[in-house]
Amino acid sequence: MRDFEFKNARTVDEAVSLMAEKGSQARILAGGTDVIVQMRVGRRTPERLVDIKDVAEANALSHDSERGLNLGAATPCYRIYQDQTVSKTYPGLIDAASMIGGIQIQGRASIGGNLCNAAPSADGIPPLIALGAICVIAGPNGTREMPVEDMCTAPGQNALQDGEVLVSIRIPPPQKNSGAHYLRFIPRNEMDIAVAGVGSSVVLDGDKKTIVSARIALASVAPTPLYVREAGEALAGKEASDGAIEQAAEAAMAAARPISDMRGTIPQRKHLVGVLTRRTLHGAIERAKEA
Amino acid sequence: MPGKIHVQTKINGEETDFLCEARQSLLEVLRDVLGFTGSKEGCNDGNCGACTVELNGRIVTSCLVLGVEAEGKEITTIEGVASADGLHPVQQAFLENAALQCGICTPGFIVASKALLEKEPDADEGRIRHWLAGNLCRCTGYDKIIRAVMDAGEKMKTGGR
Repeated sequence: MRDFEFKNARTVDEAVSLMAEKGSQARILAGGTDVIVQMRVGRRTPERLVDIKDVAEANALSHDSERGLNLGAATPCYRIYQDQTVSKTYPGLIDAASMIGGIQIQGRASIGGNLCNAAPSADGIPPLIALGAICVIAGPNGTREMPVEDMCTAPGQNALQDGEVLVSIRIPPPQKNSGAHYLRFIPRNEMDIAVAGVGSSVVLDGDKKTIVSARIALASVAPTPLYVREAGEALAGKEASDGAIEQAAEAAMAAARPISDMRGTIPQRKHLVGVLTRRTLHGAIERAKEA
Repeated sequence: MPGKIHVQTKINGEETDFLCEARQSLLEVLRDVLGFTGSKEGCNDGNCGACTVELNGRIVTSCLVLGVEAEGKEITTIEGVASADGLHPVQQAFLENAALQCGICTPGFIVASKALLEKEPDADEGRIRHWLAGNLCRCTGYDKIIRAVMDAGEKMKTGGR
């Protein structure tokens, strides 16, 4: 690995100024499970790594019923799924946090890192999009917020400007009668990269039969994780029936624009998007009924 | 580029300090700087688990930790698993169940299994297989490893460590 400068930030301001000094030559270190691999093979060659694991805001994990979940960008996956309140309140997020890598990876890897790494196949991103999560970004000109679906701009590329740091992710408190679910297809049980993945969320009305709104996002079927607005809109106001779910699945399949590669073919991935959209919608509806 | 960085840490219960470059992984530091060669380099990209160590009580792949990140942390490697009294029940069970062939993956499996059984000695086969999904073995076919871990769990429940 090419040598670089290691800096350990203690505050958000310090992280921002350490990043801003080096511009595009600086990169954040959270769990390191992507960036260290990329640096070792020469795919990324930052001159400086800024560790944010000692920044309190980036290591946060707190939930309250008014503001929702405050998830630090560097908070490792295991802390998310070990937290009983978070597990109960955001099962759609837990689906992803407990399937990324193995136990060793989950001891380090963060959902914020998964987001900034911007892999098309990232398991952590579709559930965030489905849950309407917001990025909280600190930079030289202050703090800004951005919907998660706008964060990834190309494979491995994110919307952060030089000097900006993803500090945390805010997930709104779940609405009444809502549920979310994430599933991916891999050819084995664990430790693999999604051939396709779908995250869905639904809000049901008081009778728990009609869908008020829904959000659906896809992994591994486009250059970035894909928010398919029209698939969710196809469900709004409809009874939670197989017919309505089928319409959403067709909209998701139509939006998917996968490539064929070593993991799967275009027709297989399109088919998987349909299957996983149906299954995650059923799963989300079940969770909404139990909520 | 900056020179070497002084890192203070605790390894297998002993205060340890070392000098390393920012680019050196914890695995490289353990093996090449400190002589703890029990942790193995398999894939060097976080897939195989042969370099598994405990970092502040959580198992991690030490190839994906920077040496400088060990500052102020506590690390347990395979060298810290046995005690003066003898092998750890997990180590003993690996021997008795012939749960290894070439042995490269074994330190990682043992560190990972011990971490599970200390919290969950009752872990069933499904739980053990899931916990060890991040440890690859290309020799045994896994069944002997899983049997060894279940065996060790039984012993640890009934008075072992």
